[in-house]
Parts: sequence; structure tokens; C-alpha cells
Amino acid sequence: MHSLVFIKQVPDAAQVRVDYETGTLIREGVPAIINPFDTHAIEAAVQIKDKFGGSVSVLCMGPPMADEALKKALAMGADNVFLLSDRVFAGSDTLATSYALWAGAQKVIQEVGPVDIFWAGKQAIDGDTAQTGPGIATRFDVPLVTYAVEIKEVDPQARKIKIVRLLEGGTETVEVPMPCLITTEETLNHIRFAPLPYLIKAARTPVVLLNSSNTTIDASQCGLKNSPTKVKKAFTPPKRERGEMIEGSLDEIVNTVYAKIEPMLKQLGKV
Amino acid sequence: MIKQDITQYKNVWVFIEHNEGKIERVSLELLSKGAELAKDLGCEVCAFTVGDKVEQFAKEVGEYGAKKFYIIENPVLKEYRTEPWRDAIVYLIDKYKPEVALIGATTLGRDLAGTVATKLSAGLTADTTALDIDPSNKNLLMTRPTFGGNLMATIFCPDNRPQMSTVRPGVFKAVKNPTKPEIIKEKYDITEDKIVKKIIEKVQTGEEKVNLSFYEVIVAGGKGMGKKENLKLLEDLANVLGGTWAVSRKVVQAGWAPQSRQVGQTGQTVHPKIYIAAGISGAVQHVAGMKSSDIIIAINTDPEAPIFEVATYGIVGDCLQVLPKMTEMFKQKLVK
Ligand SMILES: Cc1cc2nc3c(=O)[nH]c(=O)nc-3n(C[C@H](O)[C@H](O)[C@H](O)COP(=O)(O)OP(=O)(O)OC[C@H]3O[C@@H](n4cnc5c(N)ncnc54)[C@H](O)[C@@H]3O)c2cc1C
Ligand SMILES: Nc1ncnc2c1ncn2[C@@H]1O[C@H](COP(=O)(O)O)[C@@H](O)[C@H]1O
Repeated sequence: MHSLVFIKQVPDAAQVRVDYETGTLIREGVPAIINPFDTHAIEAAVQIKDKFGGSVSVLCMGPPMADEALKKALAMGADNVFLLSDRVFAGSDTLATSYALWAGAQKVIQEVGPVDIFWAGKQAIDGDTAQTGPGIATRFDVPLVTYAVEIKEVDPQARKIKIVRLLEGGTETVEVPMPCLITTEETLNHIRFAPLPYLIKAARTPVVLLNSSNTTIDASQCGLKNSPTKVKKAFTPPKRERGEMIEGSLDEIVNTVYAKIEPMLKQLGKV
Repeated sequence: MIKQDITQYKNVWVFIEHNEGKIERVSLELLSKGAELAKDLGCEVCAFTVGDKVEQFAKEVGEYGAKKFYIIENPVLKEYRTEPWRDAIVYLIDKYKPEVALIGATTLGRDLAGTVATKLSAGLTADTTALDIDPSNKNLLMTRPTFGGNLMATIFCPDNRPQMSTVRPGVFKAVKNPTKPEIIKEKYDITEDKIVKKIIEKVQTGEEKVNLSFYEVIVAGGKGMGKKENLKLLEDLANVLGGTWAVSRKVVQAGWAPQSRQVGQTGQTVHPKIYIAAGISGAVQHVAGMKSSDIIIAINTDPEAPIFEVATYGIVGDCLQVLPKMTEMFKQKLVK
């Protein structure tokens, strides 16, 4: 079983703060991490390898510093890691990104072999679009299974896989033939501590660099210029003013709050 | 990128999401918003969907203003499956060429939108919270939060059609605007043996699906509520105020409440008139889902808690004491 996991390196969104003076994000000192949803995709692929044999490849598109994310992926049990990095990709929207990742994946397939399961996170925490996984599946023309919460059954002989996925207000179990593309929820698995042999192997395995010259990527489908969506402007949402602190005894506080919201309750017809 | 003749594209289309014979609320919200956009563009708002028996929805989509209703009916499309639904929808869009296509940013909608847009090589903006028409060139302006709501971006799609967007439930209001839609029924041949994905089983979690955006008062609790049993205090106060209760993600992760009650970036977006946040720290991902509430009342033992940065009224105190007191006193005032 050969898995190919798409991972993105993202700034830890929980630590990003806004500078309201300049209307920009403060990124200094914010650590870059593997998109949290993608770590569960790596873990799922490694668990399948541990059970059925095979290998796990990981592909990340990003700036040169994203090789850190790939080193972490190796420590989690990945076997082959690829960094797709080129200026021509800068400013790509999700359509252009899924194209670049699809084209980059062709190279991985050429080097490592055909893929049985493609994996992506359910969404990236910086952009939150959840569009890249579905986009890649479409380009490969393989069945898409989003929001996976359980890998129920893998049948390498019949080349079929059963997956439980989240629905609004429930779950469904679907069966698809391999190859397929699965996007992962955090509840899919628990990330294990990296076993020592993985760590040793990680230190020895190089990150393979891919770019527009050593792949068949068509630069006319990548980057800002070739992305259908463009950013017109980016701005920080108006800051809510810090309000009033209500003080006093418990009774006083609750009475004051009531007096404050009474006009609104009247307007709502509740009083 | 291939240059398209974008002048061929006309009308605002809204995807009608349905489940068990019922239309998802967000689709009706989008019809109302779509009607506004159509007015600015000088075109029509239309509904479209695929499924088994979907003609029955014509009356309801008409009530919310759809001038036309494009449908494909086929028994194999009864349950949602990405690939056959996508192919049927791509067929409709290719044939009728809408300039705008809006889809609810639900679990189903997000699964569908990315694959449809890729097939069409169309631009797609996720999770939009504001939609406007640029008066100078009639492009659709799609504004969305990124970085957990810390940054807003306005996206547009100048050279490709349709301009696609998924939109969060609860952002726009569904307003009745009755018309009698023309029904356009297309035939799309597909048989079960051509579909590789099989649905083995569906499980409803039993818990009712709560649409938090319906309520004008929301009493929300966080990890500071201490334990599952204490969530009853939220419900008690919500009942007195004629609202509903909600939670932070940590509460969902602790297993105290279902995901359907979660407010925030990965939960629901709400903008009630009154939002009470009890024992909620105010992490960016939570605030992203509630900061447009008219009045925010925060109760937290920690005077430094970030929730106070967005609160209209802040109370430094134990929510396990403040909530029951509010319930008791408000009850006297409200029940007359
Ligand atoms: C990708 C991503 C998406 C996320 N999406 C969401 C989301 O959609 N919604 C969401 O809510 N979170 C989300 N989170 C999680 C978020 O970062 C916070 O972890 C979460 O909101 C914290 O929940 P909390 O405030 O209930 O808990 P805590 O942060 O643990 O805060 C508890 C608070 O209660 C106070 N407290 C304790 N005891 C009492 C008492 N007796 N009375 C009053 N106050 C008390 C404490 O001072 C503290 O401020 C997301 C995180 C990530 C990484
Ligand atoms: N630059 C990238 N490199 C590799 N994988 C990516 C990249 N961008 C997105 N992905 C994958 O697509 C998923 C969804 O991303 P998004 O559509 O941005 O929310 C991520 O969880 C990753 O698995």
C-alpha cells in the first residue's frame, strides 16, 4: 500500500495576533507548524503502512523553510518526502494549488510508484478553504471521501476501503475502490509518539526538491497570474471596543446587567 | 489559463441543498441574498439542484424568490454522493452558464463546491460572510475571514465564470418573496453500475440538529462551566430569556455537548442580539463565530481573559454563581 499525503506548513493560527495600528497580522515569533489536520492524515497513512506494509510519501508545496514540516513528517513515519518549491507557484489560489500538487504528485508516482490512497487534511487553518483536497481528487479522477473520522476496513486484495465520514448531524460509512482521496478530521486518530527507528531514519532521509524545471508542471496554470480568484483587499475586521466592567455584589451586578439589557429585551418583545 | 467569453454567462444561481425531502435553511438564505445580487446585476435569481424527487421543492424555492428552478431527477442521485452529483451539476452549469453560483458552506456544500469548481476551472471562494457587486464592473466581491477571523479578505474573480462561493449558514436572512418559478427539467443519464462509491450505512446521531443562528439570545458556556451537569445552568437561563444554549469547542471535545452546539470557526457563526459567554476564555477561533453579536456579556473568573476584549459588559466572577442568579432575577422581571 502506497499512501501519498499532502501537507501544508502554516503559521500556528492560535498564536497569530492582529496589530490594529497597522491593520496587519503579527507573525513574528509565531511558530510554523504542520497544518494540524494534516498530521492526522500522516498518522492514518503510517498506521495503514504498519498494518499492511508499503510506504508513505509526503508532498508539501511551500517556501524552502517548509522542509522542516517534511522532516517532522519523516519522524512521524513517512518514508519519502518531497518539497515542491518554486517562485512560479507564488500567489496560487486553490485551483492553481490543486493543479501544482497534482502535477507534483505525478513526479512522486514516477519515483516511488502508483498511489493507493491520497490523503489531505480537511482544511488548512490559515486559509480554511477545505477546497484543495476535493480539487486534487477531481484532477486525479478518483473518488473523494471528505471528513473521515474512522478507517473501518482496508482490503488490499479487493482494493477497496471502507471509511466512516462526518455528516451534519450524523455519520455515514462509504466504500470506495482504491485509489481514492481521503480528507481527515482530527478525531480520526491519536498521534503516537515517534518510535526511535523512525527518528533515526528521519535523520538520514533527504527532502527531495521539486520545482518547475524537474517536473512536468505547466507554469501557465500556476501562480497569481493564473489563479481565477484574486485578492482585492485584505483588512483587519473592526475591533470591538472593550466594554464596561460591571462591579459590585452579586445582586448588584445582576441588577445592573439587567438594567443595561432591558431596552434590548423590550425591543425583542420579551418584557 | 484559458480565456473565457464571460459575456455568455448570466443569472445568479443558488444550489438547493436537501436532505430527507427537506431543504436546508442556508439555501433559502442564499436565495434571498441572491435576489439582491440579481437586482444589482439586472438579472434573475434561479435555484438549481439534483436528486431523486426534487420537483416538489419548486413551491418553497418560489416562496423565497427563485424565478427559475433547474433540476435533474434520477433515482441514483437520491442520496448525496460527490461524483454523480458533481457531474450532473457540471452538466447544468455548462449548459445554462450562470454568472454566479452560490452554495451553502455546509458539510455537503463544501464537499461539492471544490470538486465542481475544479471541473469547471472556475474560481471558488470559501466560507464567504459578505457578498456585494462591484458597481464599476459588476464583478462579485466575496469577503471572507481567514486566520481564524483575524484577517478579512475581499476576493474577486475577474476573468472566469461562474463566480462561485460557499457561504456560511446564518450569515444572511431568509426573506419570503413569493414568485412562481419556471421549472426547467434536464435529463441526465447515469446508472448505478457507473458509480464506484457505495453508501454502506448512515447513522443519525439522534441529537437534534440545532440551528443556533435562529435565536436572538444565546447563552454559551465554556470549559469554565466545570462539568457536563452544569450546562443545565445555560439551558435554564436561555429558557427564561427565550433563547438557546451553545458551547465552546473545548466543551465539545470534553464530550459534554454535541458539535451541533459549537460556536466558532469550526462550529457555527452566530449574531444574536444578546450573547452571554460564561467560562469561555475568548480564543480567536471562538470569537470568530460570535463577535458580531449586538450585546456580549462575558462572565469569567480571570480578569485578563481575552473574552473581555470583545465584551460589551464584563463580569469578573464565577459563572456557576452568576448564571443561577441571573436566571432567578430575570425570571421575576420577564414573567409578568
Ligand atoms: C483549527 C482550530 C479551530 C478551532 N475552532 C474553534 C471553534 O469553532 N470554537 C471554539 O470555541 N473553539 C475553537 N477552537 C479552540 C480554541 O482555540 C480554544 O481552545 C477554545 O475556544 C477554548 O474553549 P474555552 O474557552 O471553553 O476553554 P478555556 O480556554 O480552557 O477557558 C476556560 C475559561 O473559563 C474560565 N473559568 C474557569 N472557571 C470559571 C468559573 N467558575 N467561572 C467563570 N469562568 C471560569 C477561565 O478563566 C478560562 O478563561 C479551535 C482551535 C483550533 C486550533
Ligand atoms: N501548499 C500545500 N502543500 C501541500 N498540501 C496542501 C497545500 N495546500 C493545501 N494542501 C492540502 O489541502 C488541505 C486543505 O487545504 P485548504 O484547501 O487550503 O483548506 C490541507 O490540509 C493539505 O492537506
